[in-house]
Amino acid sequence: MSTTTSDMAMTLAKPIPSNASLKPPGADHSAPSDERVRRISPWRALLNRPELGSIAATILVFIFFGVFAGNSGMFNLDGIMNWSQVAAYLGIIAVGACLLMIAGEFDLSLGSMIGFAGMMMAVPSMFFGWPMWLAVLFAFGGCMALGWLNGYLVMRTKLPSFIVTLAFMFILRGLTIVLSTQFAGSTIVSGVGDKIAQDPITHALFQGTALQGLFTWMAHAGIIDKLPSGEPVVAGLPKVLLWWALVACGAGFVLSKTRFGNWIFTVGGDANAAKNVGVPVRRVKISLFVLTAFCACLFAVLQVSDVGSAASDRGLQKEFEAIIAAVIGGALLTGGYGSVLGACFGALIFGVVQIGISYTNVNSDWYRVVLGAMLLLAVLFNHYIRSRATTGK
Amino acid sequence: MDTAIKNASGSDDYILQLEGVSKFFGTVISLKDVTLRLRRGEVHCLLGDNGAGKSTLIKTLAGVHKPSEGRYLIEGEEVSFKSPREALDCGIATVYQDLALVPLMSVARNFFAGREPTKKLFGMIPVLDMQLAASTAVDKLAEMGIHVRSPHQPVGTMSGGERQCLAIARAIHFGAKVLILDEPTAALGVKQSCNVLKLVHKARERGISVIFITHNVHHAYPIADSFTVLNRGQSMGTFAKSDISKEEVLDMMAGGTEIQSLVDELEGRQAA
Repeated sequence: MSTTTSDMAMTLAKPIPSNASLKPPGADHSAPSDERVRRISPWRALLNRPELGSIAATILVFIFFGVFAGNSGMFNLDGIMNWSQVAAYLGIIAVGACLLMIAGEFDLSLGSMIGFAGMMMAVPSMFFGWPMWLAVLFAFGGCMALGWLNGYLVMRTKLPSFIVTLAFMFILRGLTIVLSTQFAGSTIVSGVGDKIAQDPITHALFQGTALQGLFTWMAHAGIIDKLPSGEPVVAGLPKVLLWWALVACGAGFVLSKTRFGNWIFTVGGDANAAKNVGVPVRRVKISLFVLTAFCACLFAVLQVSDVGSAASDRGLQKEFEAIIAAVIGGALLTGGYGSVLGACFGALIFGVVQIGISYTNVNSDWYRVVLGAMLLLAVLFNHYIRSRATTGK
Repeated sequence: MDTAIKNASGSDDYILQLEGVSKFFGTVISLKDVTLRLRRGEVHCLLGDNGAGKSTLIKTLAGVHKPSEGRYLIEGEEVSFKSPREALDCGIATVYQDLALVPLMSVARNFFAGREPTKKLFGMIPVLDMQLAASTAVDKLAEMGIHVRSPHQPVGTMSGGERQCLAIARAIHFGAKVLILDEPTAALGVKQSCNVLKLVHKARERGISVIFITHNVHHAYPIADSFTVLNRGQSMGTFAKSDISKEEVLDMMAGGTEIQSLVDELEGRQAA
C-alpha cells in the first residue's frame, strides 16, 4: 500500500477514532482538542500561501529561459538590467492594483492615468514655464485627486468599479490626446527629459541610475564586465528598481503588519461584515484608489524621465498587465485574498517573458500567447488553491 | 402575567427594558405596544413565528431603528441610539445571522477585525500585534469550550456551529453586557446547536444577559429563564420558566395550534 506523507500524518493524528467521539468535546486539554481536527502536512500549509503559484511559475520561467536562452546573454548583467527594468515598471503598478484587488475593487483607468500623468507634467513644464519639480508635484496631486474621484464615485453610487473606471479609462485617454495635440501639435511632447535633467530634485529622484560608484568599483575589481573604454557595462542600478523595491516593501508591510492591512482584507472579503465590525469601508477603498493612481503617476514620471518625452499612447493596456500580474501573484478577482510578494513575482514573470523571448529563437509574437496561457493557468491554480484553503479538503 | 413579574422584583433589576414600544413603517404596524424586560444575568428567549416582528425588535434593540412610540431603557435610564455603534458602546452586542465573519481570513484576524491590537515597532510605527491576537483568540475561545486547530486557520474551514461560537465569543470578549443572538441555531444540526446552547449557558454564568431569538422552542426551552412570545407584532406576554410548559409556549406561538391541527388531521387520516 502506498501512502503519501499527508495520509501518514492523518493516521498518526487520530489513533482511536471510534472511542474519541464518546468523550465530551474539549474535556481533555492535552489531547488534540477535537477528534475532528487533523494535522496538515507542511506541504499543505505551503499550498495555502497565496504567492505559491507565482513563485512556482517564476522558477519554471527561469528554467525555460535558462535552457533556451542560457548562452544568449540574457543572464549577463546588462541582460538582467534589461528585463528587471520591465518588471520594475510593471511591478510598481501591480502592487497598487494588487492592494485594490484585495480590497475587492478594480481600476481600469490605470493605464490611461499613466498617459495623462505624463501630460500633466509635460504640458505645464514645457508650455507654461513651470519648474520641473512643481510640474511633477502637480501630476502627483492631479492623479491622486482623480483616484479619489474614482473611488468616491464607486463608493457613492455603489456601481461596480469595473464600469466607473472603464469610463475614466476612455475619458483620461481622450484628454491625454486632446492636451497633447492642443499644445504640442502632435501626440508626443518631447524635450521633457532634458528639463528633468536640469532640475536637481527630479533628476536625483527619478532619472537614470543609482549606486554608480559601486558599479565602477565592481568593474575595476573584476566582479562585473567592463566596456572597452574601461566603464562598467552597466552604469548603475536603475532608479526604477529602487522605487519598485520601496513601493513593494511599503505595501507589503502595510498589508501584512498593520491594522489598515487587516482592514483591506476585511473589506475585500465581505464589505458588509467589515461595516458591522466597525471597519471604515469607504475610507479604506477610496484610499486604495488613491494609492493606485499614485503608482500610475510614479510609473509615468519614471518613464518620462527615462524616455525623455511624454506621449499620448503611454501606458496602453497597462491596467490589464497590472491585473494579470496581481492574479498570477495569487490575488482573487473577487477580493479578500492575495499578496504583494505574489504580485511582484507576477511582474517579474512578465519582464522575463517579454524580454527573454527575444533572446531565444522563438518568434517574439508569441509573447502574448505565453502570458495569456499563464494567466489562464494561474486563475485555475488559484481557484483550486482557494477552494482547498476555504473548505479544508 | 406580565404584571406578576414586575411586582415580584424591583425594576432596578432590569438591565434592559422596552416599555410599550411600537414601530411603524408607513402604514405597516411592525410592533405594537411591546414590553420586554431583561433581568441582569438571565437568558430571555424571544419566540415568534416568521413575520411576528422579531427582526424589527432586534434592530430596535441594536440601535438600527428608533422606536416610533414607547421607551427604551438601559439600567433604568432612557436611551435613544443614533447608530448601532452607540448601542455597542453601551455594551449591547448583536450577533446577526450573517455573523460578520470573513471566510477567507484567519480566526485571529477575524476575531480582532476592526479592533486590532497594535504594538509599536521601533517605538514609533504602530503594527498589528499578531502574536497577541492569535494567543488571545485561542485563549478566549478555549474559555468558551471551543478549540480551533490553529488561530491562522481560515474561518471558511470551520463548521457553522464553530463560526456561531466564534462570533459569540468575540462579542463577549469585547465587553458585551447584553448579548442579542439572532436565530443562532437556525442553520445548525442537533449537536452543533447543543454547543451553541452550552456557550449561551457559559455567557450567563459570567453574568452576561442574553436575549435569544428563535422560533424553535426545543432549543429555547432548556436554556431560557424566561420567555416573551411575539405574535403578529404584539407581545403575548412574558413568562418565567416555572410558570409555563414547553407545550404551552408552542401553543402560544402561532404554529402551536396549527401544528396540533395538522397532527390531528394526520392521526385522523391514519385512523380512518
